[in-house]
Amino acid sequence: MNVAIIQFPGTNCDIDTHRVFSNLLKVDVSFVWHKENDLTNFDAVVLPGGFSYGDRLRAGVIAAHSPVIQALKNFSLKRKPIIGICNGFQILVESELLPGALLKNSNQKFVCKWVTLKVENNNNIFTNYFKSNSLIRMPIAHNEGRYYVDNEKLDELERNNQIILRYVNSIGNTSIQGNPNGSVSNIAAVSNVEGNVLGLMPHPERASEAILSPDSSTDGIGLFYSMIHSLEVLLKK
Amino acid sequence: MSKLESLNLSLTNSELEYIETYLNRQANFVELSMMDAQWSEHCSYKSSKSLLTLLPTKGKRVLLGPGYEAGVLDVDNGQILTLHIESHNHPSAIDPYGGAATGVGGVLRDILAIGTRPLAILDSLRFGKLDNPNNKWLLRNVVRGIADYGNCVGIPTVGGEVAFDDCFETNCLVDVVCVGIGKRKNLVFSEAKNPGDVLILLGGKTGRDGIHGSSFASKGLDNVDSDRSAVQIPDPFTKKLIIEATLDALSTGFISGLKDLGGGGLACALSEVSDKGNTGVEVDLNRILLRESNMDASEVLISESQERMLFIVKNGHEIEISNAFAKYDLPYSIIGKVTNTKRVVVKHNGNVIADLPTDLIANAPLLNWPKTKPLYLDSDSSSKPDLPSDIKETILRVLSSPTLASKSWIFKQYDHEVGTNTVVKPGESGASVLRISKEKFIAISVDGNPSHCFLDPYNGAAGVVAESMRNIISVGAEPIAMLDHLQFGNPSNPEVFWTFNETIKAISDFCSYADLPCVGGKVSFYNENVKTNKPIKPTPVISVVGLIKGSNNIRTRKINELYPLIILIGETFDELGGSEYYSIMNCSGSVPKLNFEIEKNTQKLVHDAIKVGLLGAVNDCSKGGMMNSLSQMCMAGNVGVTVDMSKILTSCKRWDDILFSESHSRFIATIKSENYTNLLNISRNYNISFSVIGSVGGDELRILNNDDLIFSSDVNYLSDFVYSSISKIMDDGI
Repeated sequence: MNVAIIQFPGTNCDIDTHRVFSNLLKVDVSFVWHKENDLTNFDAVVLPGGFSYGDRLRAGVIAAHSPVIQALKNFSLKRKPIIGICNGFQILVESELLPGALLKNSNQKFVCKWVTLKVENNNNIFTNYFKSNSLIRMPIAHNEGRYYVDNEKLDELERNNQIILRYVNSIGNTSIQGNPNGSVSNIAAVSNVEGNVLGLMPHPERASEAILSPDSSTDGIGLFYSMIHSLEVLLKK
Repeated sequence: MSKLESLNLSLTNSELEYIETYLNRQANFVELSMMDAQWSEHCSYKSSKSLLTLLPTKGKRVLLGPGYEAGVLDVDNGQILTLHIESHNHPSAIDPYGGAATGVGGVLRDILAIGTRPLAILDSLRFGKLDNPNNKWLLRNVVRGIADYGNCVGIPTVGGEVAFDDCFETNCLVDVVCVGIGKRKNLVFSEAKNPGDVLILLGGKTGRDGIHGSSFASKGLDNVDSDRSAVQIPDPFTKKLIIEATLDALSTGFISGLKDLGGGGLACALSEVSDKGNTGVEVDLNRILLRESNMDASEVLISESQERMLFIVKNGHEIEISNAFAKYDLPYSIIGKVTNTKRVVVKHNGNVIADLPTDLIANAPLLNWPKTKPLYLDSDSSSKPDLPSDIKETILRVLSSPTLASKSWIFKQYDHEVGTNTVVKPGESGASVLRISKEKFIAISVDGNPSHCFLDPYNGAAGVVAESMRNIISVGAEPIAMLDHLQFGNPSNPEVFWTFNETIKAISDFCSYADLPCVGGKVSFYNENVKTNKPIKPTPVISVVGLIKGSNNIRTRKINELYPLIILIGETFDELGGSEYYSIMNCSGSVPKLNFEIEKNTQKLVHDAIKVGLLGAVNDCSKGGMMNSLSQMCMAGNVGVTVDMSKILTSCKRWDDILFSESHSRFIATIKSENYTNLLNISRNYNISFSVIGSVGGDELRILNNDDLIFSSDVNYLSDFVYSSISKIMDDGI
């Protein structure tokens, strides 16, 4: 199995994400520069966080025009897994590989803190490691993370089970207090209809080692486990 | 108007005379502009250099001390740590966003210039009080500037301090510490050693921003609007690319020297690399990529446009280096070469327009200012507050004062997690802990205390070093080196220079005693309140770095019921002068004295006790006294405590003195009852006393005086109160 981590100019969570795959999950993983236009040798792709093109114009919009994006679209057509984390999520939205938009946080500030998330859908290659409705902890760190879709689209996301994670308060309620950025319906992660592309604002790679988390949890790595495990099953078939 | 003033230069007439005598001819305008930048206080340290030699700079881990881009420490197994501190006070005072952002950018470049990757940033910020809208504007935009820059380049901002005092009303202080990590074999210096090597300028194009930036930092802030163009323009995205391109270029092995372009721009970079390398340089200004047309030669030479690095490349290997730059689509140009002439020669349109000996430019004549003890230090102005009748109101008022209150409004705007190495995060202790390899960690803190330093420059400054060390000890680390940043008023004021002198003496004395080498620092003069024409309080800011081997030795201030007994190590004295409590009460008294021996032994006791696993949570006890330290521990652990004040070792009689005294050499820690005797034995070896003052448990922070409950507060309520203190001020209206 070989995982690609795409690097755009300004990506800055590439090394962190690489470390989780190589050191913790012991999976083959390679950096791929955004000027590449072929991803056929890979089994999964991660778009890590950062500030591609310095968030100029709008987070993710310039990166969405990189050569690698066409290759990514072809990759997605083959139903291979793609995860976009933070700026990666913004790029997937701008590339129209995922629905919706990511707007400036409702408090108009960058927000870096640990949040509680509820697994809304575990029938998915990215979250099947978790029990349905389980509460997990990860940090967020973003300026433009307020997920937005209109009501009609929101109904569609609900119907198709595309809402994967929601921000909740410490006891699991989808409340205003639990929503750190003003996202519609507290949405923290969505997938495409086919279920092979996931975008999330929280950083699972920062929640993969007990020593880095305030409460020793390692929920973030569960997301990557799910993907790797699902792929292994698939590759054996 | 003198000739120099009419040329808008800050050189003095005697300096001009010195230059022209040395050259044996008149210097032209381009040459004088170069000299003006390099001989500014900011670049030349002409007022402080001779005193700074007092600081101890040698130590078993020190590979490179002050005088280079960054201090370098050996942390074993071929790994090195690099450290640097910079301030951007004047730029931040007039353009808080751009000034603070480029302050971060500058210190990152220094860490990069020595061949290491920036690992983390800390800031020490000082403003006037937040009841003034201008100070709120400064705080809001300084924080946003640091956040936007650090977050974008992907270097975590992991800690720091923020304090408020009227003396910083128009002259805020913005200090940035950066720590970097790399391999010893990849170290590179800011030297041009080999004639024939090629000079390549990488990065941002040169524009008119930051013209006279270093000269402007070397005088008072008198004309805010016309000085605004002296502030540089930040570009963190380009910086991120420069970091990656530089590290890629260094890995080719064809770089023989590297220098960042900071204060004084190209003029300073060229003279420093040739002076350090004992060579010369020749550059052609027509080769420099410009952002705007019709810039004159002197502007090109002294522009402080950001995001530029000067590479000294082995002759014949320009291609390998330019390939590394091309990957990131960064602009670069070959601007000249290294010579053996010991002169900096600048050509423009085929003509030599400047030709100066390197040792002249690089060595400004030193100044020795007169000094006199300030009069106010000899007048006794001590006054004690009336004993407050409402204890609860008083305690909450002190704990929620912006200087002591939680800084979460600030650090939530900083990405403190990127890099996935931040182990002890902002708010969890007085120091931050970062992982540098599987079982090796560094601790870093930054501290200042101008209130103490104003009333007693010697004890104040030594105390700041001690406090910063205690923060390092508290997380379980062994202090290995420090940086100092000395911020004062105009050095030609004899009272200011006296306090500067005392400060350096104090830092040198205590660092020598504690065996803590200084590996770098910075001096910033001319910090004055424009409205009152008074200098700022003496503000030495100290950053200490420590090393931790083994994750089981890491401690925070988070208490829990596994270690139920609370102890206070050290004695509490009636030393409230300069305390946060007295500044709220508008009173004055004697400043905490630092007893070097007791301080060192107390630190050793705590360090040893952590190593053998006796201590659970540990917190330094200084600003805001034991009350603030205790409340920080409750809030971090989200659990209550009951403490009996009468158990505290003290000669004080009043509750407010006991709770708010800022005496040095104290820690609060938690232990298991079965370990009491073990700890007592260690403490006897060091001749240090401690007492059990209470226990962990419940939902309230409760203070007893014998059997009387004098204070209680629900910990959640207290957290909300203390956490929202700054956000209430900043997010409500203007």
